Amino acid sequence: MNTSPAILASVIKRVDAVDRRLLSLLAALVLVFGLLLGDRLFNATSFRSMAFQLPELGILSIAMMVALLSGGLDLSIIATANLVALTVAFIFSFVPAEPGIAWALWQLLALAAGLALALVIGGVNGVIIAYLGVSPIMATLGAMTLIKGISIGVTRGGILSGFPAPILFIGNGTVFGIPVVMLIFVAVALVMSIVLRSTRFGQTLNMLGSNEAATRYSGIDTRRTIVSTYMISSLLAAIAGVVMMARFNSANASYGESYLLVTILAAVLGGVSPSGGFGKMGGLVLALVILQLISTCFNLLDFSQFLTLAIWGGILIAVAAVSRAQSRRA
Amino acid sequence: MHRFLARFGRTHEARLLAVNLVIIVFLSVFATGFFSLGNAFNLMTSYAFVGILAAGLVVVLVAGSIDISMTATASIAQYLAVSVVSTYDVGWTVLLTVALGTGLMFGLFNAVLVTWLRISSIIVTIALLNVYFGLLMFFTKGDPINFLPGWYADGMSWVIAGAETNNPLILNMQILGLVLSFVLAWFLLNRLSVGRQLRALGGNAEAAKRVGFNELRLNMVAYGFLGVMAGLASLVQAQASQSVVPNALVGRELDVLAVVVLGGASLTGGTGSILGTVLGLLLLALLQNGLILIGVSSFWIQFATGFVFLVAVSTIAWDRTRQQRVLGRRIGATG
Repeated sequence: MNTSPAILASVIKRVDAVDRRLLSLLAALVLVFGLLLGDRLFNATSFRSMAFQLPELGILSIAMMVALLSGGLDLSIIATANLVALTVAFIFSFVPAEPGIAWALWQLLALAAGLALALVIGGVNGVIIAYLGVSPIMATLGAMTLIKGISIGVTRGGILSGFPAPILFIGNGTVFGIPVVMLIFVAVALVMSIVLRSTRFGQTLNMLGSNEAATRYSGIDTRRTIVSTYMISSLLAAIAGVVMMARFNSANASYGESYLLVTILAAVLGGVSPSGGFGKMGGLVLALVILQLISTCFNLLDFSQFLTLAIWGGILIAVAAVSRAQSRRA
Repeated sequence: MHRFLARFGRTHEARLLAVNLVIIVFLSVFATGFFSLGNAFNLMTSYAFVGILAAGLVVVLVAGSIDISMTATASIAQYLAVSVVSTYDVGWTVLLTVALGTGLMFGLFNAVLVTWLRISSIIVTIALLNVYFGLLMFFTKGDPINFLPGWYADGMSWVIAGAETNNPLILNMQILGLVLSFVLAWFLLNRLSVGRQLRALGGNAEAAKRVGFNELRLNMVAYGFLGVMAGLASLVQAQASQSVVPNALVGRELDVLAVVVLGGASLTGGTGSILGTVLGLLLLALLQNGLILIGVSSFWIQFATGFVFLVAVSTIAWDRTRQQRVLGRRIGATG
């Protein structure tokens, strides 16, 4: 019995400062909202609605996080997600109505084409940033405008809809009561967590973000790492694009644009350093859960969604202020 | 004079000017109705909002920071100012005081937070954008104001030529505001000693602080100026659209950033000129107006804008790396 405080202490010690701050914030929020809402919060429906809503912003935030870790930024993720969704949706229009081999192949082709497109976009972004020396904000701002321009030009601002059953299942289906989109998010988060922590690329990325010159002088091809970074960011955006099209059952040039700056908020709130190099998947997931909890509870309380937006921004400022005050005292 | 021209010829501004002149000549030949004073006035009127904000943002960029929240500030400023003048029987002075004052307050507040929090200004101002805009939409419930008082709705507009024709030449509040904002920004950066200090802060913040410049005070000047410009831009925009819609402006902050960057301002601070910003705005306006005039579908305008922007930032960056390489060789030769 008396070992349990020791175990608890060692667990607490392993959780770093960022996570501790976020965990206490989460606990406080659960307490406050729990008192206000009671069973309206703690029931299967509200948990399920959270699990359906979190993945879109979640996957996009991971895409942003990868770019932030390298010391950059990717403003083109939403535009990429939408162009990929439109491409996939367009190829879906060739899918035969009868399930069969051709039916399956066309769908796989559509997804493959979408992912390939994302790799091209990310590659171009990376080359412009790494080899031409354009700052990431400018390069991806330009890419965002250009990519959205292609989407608008091709669709004339219209909507593509009408997808085969498997896509609808991704958007609305559940497995053992867990939404498929949530499973996709968990898979993406796990894979990226391993990539960032335990692969050569992940290590290089973190070094690159903390000190580019030192990384270059230690014999690492930083340019190639930057190109890979934006390709991965773009690929994650593409996955988010497919998730969004499945959830909305349609694709459009300007879905989800309000997420763009919020993904940066989520990542920074989750402890990702805006100047690069530092940040963990655990912190980001905690931040996402906090943001989603606030959004869902405000919805239950009948507060406007815009108040949610204001509180999200306010929380980031507050967390930054607390860490600033602590660093002054130290 | 000759040396001045030789030096000017190598700058980003010179290249922008050349590109603009080529477009102007091209459009004058191929697009009917382009080369006229009337079209120039129309262009200035429609790009006034983005232009005035760009004049403010370039000052912040020169000082080494960034502000993304100006469209939310503008939305709040115009909502407050127009609410006041629609409720009470007051005139221009109150309208301008409320709008510019609101902008100034928000700008100063941004400066304090950015300086004190010591995290990158883009993050702070993205968060503030969400706070400001979220609260505005919450309190106004997104309801527009559809009627402006007559003196404001039709005010500050003078027919200066062609009164008898269908298309009279009108000098309006949008054009005045646009010109005024660039004159003020130019004066601030080039004729006041605080302008030099801003440039020094942006060029090397640590060095500037060591020689005794007050970072907070300088940030307050830069952000305060952008705030006032946001107030001005908001009044100009409300009059042009004859209404105040709380969510009409937010979302255009990246357009403003694009203009300033197109004009050669660097996101790392220290560089950026008013002439460049004017030429950047002109390039954007000519491009978008010109494509419409030569019959390109308006759905492809954004694609063209993005393409030109990418080419521009790539050439700027490529130029800078080449200069650094030359500089490196020279230092290597002497050392």
